[in-house]
Amino acid sequence: MASDAHPAAAVIEIDKLCTRFGDHVVHTDIDLQVRSGEVFALIGGSGSGKSTLLREMVLLQRPDSGSIRVLGVDLHQIGDDDALALRRRWGVMFQHGGLFGALTVGENIGWPLREHTRLSETLIDELAAAKLELTGLAPEVGAQYPSQLSGGMLKRASLSRALALDPELLFLDEPTAGLDPVSAAGVDELVRKLRDLFGLTIVMITHDLDLLWQVADRAAVLAEGRVQAVGTMTELSRLDHAAVRQYFEGARGRSAQLQGQAPARAQAHSDERREVWPSKPR
Amino acid sequence: MAATASARADGAGVEALDTAGAWVLQKLLLRLRGEGTELTLGGLRPEFARLLDVVTKQAALHSSLSASAARRSQSTLARIGCAVQAALEQALAMLAFVGESAAALAGSLAHPSRLRWRPVLFNLRSAGFDALPIVGLLSFLLGIVVAYQGADQLRQYGANIFVVDLVGVSMLREFAPLITAIIVAGRSGSAYAAQIGTMAVTEEIDAMRTLGIAPLEVLVLPKLIALVLALPLLTVFADGAGVLGGMLMARAQLGVGYAEFADRFAKAVGVPAYLVGVGKAPVFAAIIAVVGCFQGLRTRGGADSVGRQTTRSVVQSIFGVIVADALFSVAFSALDL
Repeated sequence: MASDAHPAAAVIEIDKLCTRFGDHVVHTDIDLQVRSGEVFALIGGSGSGKSTLLREMVLLQRPDSGSIRVLGVDLHQIGDDDALALRRRWGVMFQHGGLFGALTVGENIGWPLREHTRLSETLIDELAAAKLELTGLAPEVGAQYPSQLSGGMLKRASLSRALALDPELLFLDEPTAGLDPVSAAGVDELVRKLRDLFGLTIVMITHDLDLLWQVADRAAVLAEGRVQAVGTMTELSRLDHAAVRQYFEGARGRSAQLQGQAPARAQAHSDERREVWPSKPR
Repeated sequence: MAATASARADGAGVEALDTAGAWVLQKLLLRLRGEGTELTLGGLRPEFARLLDVVTKQAALHSSLSASAARRSQSTLARIGCAVQAALEQALAMLAFVGESAAALAGSLAHPSRLRWRPVLFNLRSAGFDALPIVGLLSFLLGIVVAYQGADQLRQYGANIFVVDLVGVSMLREFAPLITAIIVAGRSGSAYAAQIGTMAVTEEIDAMRTLGIAPLEVLVLPKLIALVLALPLLTVFADGAGVLGGMLMARAQLGVGYAEFADRFAKAVGVPAYLVGVGKAPVFAAIIAVVGCFQGLRTRGGADSVGRQTTRSVVQSIFGVIVADALFSVAFSALDL
C-alpha cells in the first residue's frame, strides 16, 4: 500500500482555500494537510466555518477559490465518474445522523452496498448486521426505524452506514454533540477502535474536549476564517493565542487535559464531568 | 447646562425587583440624567443592585444593536431590487434543474436497467390510483355544473340537445385535464415538495450525495415518470366522470335521454377533442413534478422552510399548469385543432 511506504502521506491537502457567502467571508487562504492514518480534529467557535470546510471536503459545496485534494484527487472540476469513485472511498457521519427515515436502520446500512456492489441480498443483510455490531448496536436495532432510536444509537447507526463500504477516510460531524457523558465516552472509544482496526484516517468536527484529548492526534483551530494553529493537543495547549487558549482554560478545559494526559478513561468519568459543570444558581 | 438639579432616590424600600422592573428603572434613570438631573440611587439591596448593573450593561448593548438594525433597513427601491434578483436567481436555478432532470431522464431511458422501478410503481399508486376517488367525484360535479349552467341558455333557444356539445367538448378539451392537474398539484406536488424538503432539512439528501447516490435518480425521476404516466390516465377517468355528470343533468334538466345523449356525443365530439385534452396531461404532469421536486430540493434551514417551499410548489405548479393551458389554447387555435 502507498500509505505504508509513506506513513505521513497527505490524505487531504487544502491549499489557499477561500469561501464567501455573498459579502460574508467564511474562509480566507486556508491551508491544511491531513496525514494518512491520523485522527484530525477541526475546532473553532460557531460560525467559524468548520462545517462549511467539511462540506467542501465531501463535495457538498464548492469553494470560491483554492484547491482541495482528497485521496489524491483534485475536487475542482471533478467529473461525475471520478466523484462517484471517490465517494465510495469515504464515509460521512452527519451531525443529526442523516439516516433515511423511510428505511429501517438495516436497510440504511445496506443501501450503499445494494447501490454500488453486486453482492447478494442475504450477504448484504449479514454485512449490515455486522457493521451494526461493530459500532456496538444490537442486531435487533437493524429492524427499527431511525425515529425509534435514541440520540446515541442514532449516531452509532449513522456511523455504521458510513462504514458500509469500508472507507479509507471517515468524516465525523460532531460525533458526540447532544449525547450524555456516558454515551459520549462510548463514542470516543469507538472512534479509537475504528482507527486501530481499519487504519482509517478520520477527520472530525467537535467541541468535545474529552474527545479532543483522548482521540485526536492533531487539531486545527479555525477562527476569523483562517487556520489559527495546527498541532497536537499538547502543542496547542502551549500556544499563547486567544482563539486557541479558550480550549484550554476554564474548569472543563483543564479537567479534560488532565484526563487526556492520564491514559485511558475511567468508569468514573461521567461523575468527574458532572463535577466540573458549573452548578446552577437556584 | 443651565439648571442642574440634584436628587437622591432611596431604594431601601424595594422588596422585589425583576428584570422588567430593573429595565424600566434603568430607562428612567437614563432619561433623568439625560435631562441634566444629578440623580443618585442608593439603598438598594445588593442582589437588586447587581441585577440593575446587568440590565444597564444589556441596555447599552441594546441601543447599539437597534442602531445597527436601523442602518440595515432598506429603501423601497432596494427591496424591489432584491425581490427581482431573488426571482431571477430562482428562475435560473429552475432552468438548471429542468436541464439536469432532462439529462438524468435521458440517461435513465438509455439504460432502463438503472431506472428505479419500485419507486415508480409506488408513486403510480400514490399519485395515480389513490387519486381516483377525488378526481372522479370532482369532475363528475364539474360535469353537472357545466350542464346545469348551460341548461337555461339552451332551453331559451330550444337547443336542448346541444348540451351534449357543451359538456362533451368543454370537459374533454379543457375541464377534465385542468381539474385533474390542479387536484394532483395539490395532492402530489405538495407531497413531493414536503417529502424532499424534509429530507433536505434532516441531512438525508446530503447523506445520499456523500454515499454516491444521486438524489435526482432516486427522488426526482421516479416521481416524474410516474406522474407523466398517471396524469393522462387520470384525465381519461375524469373525462368519463365529467361526461357522466353532464348526462345525468341533461336528462334531469333538459329531458335529453341517455341514448339520445350518447348518439349525439358520438357525432358532436370528435377524437381530436379527446386527444387534445389527454395530450396536455403529460405536460401538466411534468410541470407539477418538476416544480414540486425543485422547491423541495431548495429547502434550507428548518421546519418552517418546508412549509414555505410546499406552499410555493403548489402555487407555482398551478400557475404553470394554467399558463401552459393558455399557451396550448393559442397553439391549438393557430393549428385549427
